[in-house]
Amino acid sequence: MAKIQLRNIVQARSGDKGNTVNIALFAPNEDVYELLINEVTTERVKAHFTGWVKGEVTRYLMPNIKAINFVCKKALSGGGSASLRMDNLGKCYASNLMRLEIEMGDVVAVNFSKS
Amino acid sequence: MKKIRIGAGQGFYGDSILPAIETAQKGNIQYICFDCLAELTLAILQKDRKKDPSKGYTADISVTIRELLPVIKEKGIKLLTNAGGMNPLGAQQEVLRIVRELGIEGLKVAVVTGDDVLDRLEEWRQDGIWLAHMEDGRDIESIQDRILFANAYLGSGPIVEALREGADIVITGRVTDSALFLAPLIYEFGWEQDEWDRLAQGILMGHLMECSGQSTGGNFSGDWQSIEDLDQIGFPVAEVSEDGEFVLTKTEGTGGLVSIDTVKEQLLYEIHDPSAYMTPDIVLDMTEVRLEDIAPNQVRVTGARGKKPTNMLKVVMGYADGFMGQAICGYSWPDALAKAQNADQIIRRQLQQMGLQYEEIQTDYMGYNSLHGPLSKLPEEELNEVYLRIAVRTRNREDAAKLGRLFPPLMLSGPPSMGGFLGMMKPRELLGMWSCLVPRDIIDSGVRVTVMEV
Repeated sequence: MAKIQLRNIVQARSGDKGNTVNIALFAPNEDVYELLINEVTTERVKAHFTGWVKGEVTRYLMPNIKAINFVCKKALSGGGSASLRMDNLGKCYASNLMRLEIEMGDVVAVNFSKS
Repeated sequence: MKKIRIGAGQGFYGDSILPAIETAQKGNIQYICFDCLAELTLAILQKDRKKDPSKGYTADISVTIRELLPVIKEKGIKLLTNAGGMNPLGAQQEVLRIVRELGIEGLKVAVVTGDDVLDRLEEWRQDGIWLAHMEDGRDIESIQDRILFANAYLGSGPIVEALREGADIVITGRVTDSALFLAPLIYEFGWEQDEWDRLAQGILMGHLMECSGQSTGGNFSGDWQSIEDLDQIGFPVAEVSEDGEFVLTKTEGTGGLVSIDTVKEQLLYEIHDPSAYMTPDIVLDMTEVRLEDIAPNQVRVTGARGKKPTNMLKVVMGYADGFMGQAICGYSWPDALAKAQNADQIIRRQLQQMGLQYEEIQTDYMGYNSLHGPLSKLPEEELNEVYLRIAVRTRNREDAAKLGRLFPPLMLSGPPSMGGFLGMMKPRELLGMWSCLVPRDIIDSGVRVTVMEV
């Protein structure tokens, strides 16, 4: 089955609190949301950020706005004002997650071939 | 039904003042609220106060007040700000000075104090109050002699009290960002302490407003190229009904966009568990929130649920955590990345030969991996240019400064075609953040509201 990169199907925003970063993923419709729930699991996100997130990853679902919120601990090498990182406020985490490739379901294939 | 219109004035210390002026003039608002304090802003302000005890508030409050006072006085708009930072009383004096200078009379300026708890830490420790880190449970012992500031996040209570005492301007230190926006609603609508869902709507509104342009088209990850006129972006304005329902919008004719897509990105910004966003006023549950596009640049927001807050307040401390030294220079095609990598090796070997022991050395190749780290992919075509950036972490300022001095010689004695050397960068003081929970009553007992009239 064909793969698709998240950048082509989601919105995402990330932000920091201390040494923790949260990344919110937003689906444009129910079909894509279902696909994201199945494909973008906590384990995959944790694996995706190997070497960049040192702590645990937790996932929260927000079906009311078709969103998934990932909370990543130990994600900023100490946190905004203590970090040597260039992205010390974690604002680029969202775009970094958009690199992830997932299996594209049939429904999504139809939806996006139209646009 | 009674309605109140509130404008967002600022999203951080250093934000543009122009949208606030636009909103005050044309937004038909009764309140304008400024959130000036990010997590680390207090560290900057603490340094200012150390140098000059009359400082320690956000310096741009002078410009804000000077620019806005004539229009808010004319229209009867009340201004709420946490610009007091580490010195709310100093900010009050500065505001009063400007008010007098402008020859304005009949104005009440209130100040909220009691968030600064640095002087109380020792007493708390002796009383056995546990100040372990919220994120990982570390004991405070390891940092307690390096603490630079300690402030509790206060809720809307004292701000409401200031409004009830007739304040036209309210200045606070650390309060939750959303409390600044909730307070006018409690004051105007007389919401009771147990009207959890209404209070939740107020907190949600504040959360959507506190980052200024981030809910009106700024930092938008969707079709960002379609957002028009970010050069004259409008900051959010909320029209709130007595029952808590509100419409998020912006002033007509300004740039940016208010839509479900721009607003929902802000909804989860810096949120962890969306069913339990802890504030001193309520615990907010967003999982039933509904966003509706009701007209161009108008999004109706309903469905926030609130629960009784806990009896703990969050205290955030900053502590000295060593220094960062860094240096940056660029290399051009061909083999730009290989040249930068070679220069990195030269610098690292020289550091070793000098016997410098850094706690951490980080190398970034700007243009390739500085923002996405190990997830970055090399493009198939060779890079046109790459900037080498090396950063070090160390306990003393002198060692941090030594790194930069190794860079200029690279120009003549390193790999070819180096440019864009950005000069010696001063070592930066690193600041650790320590968050913990403290019983609410011992903080509340120190909170004061002081009103002065011109």
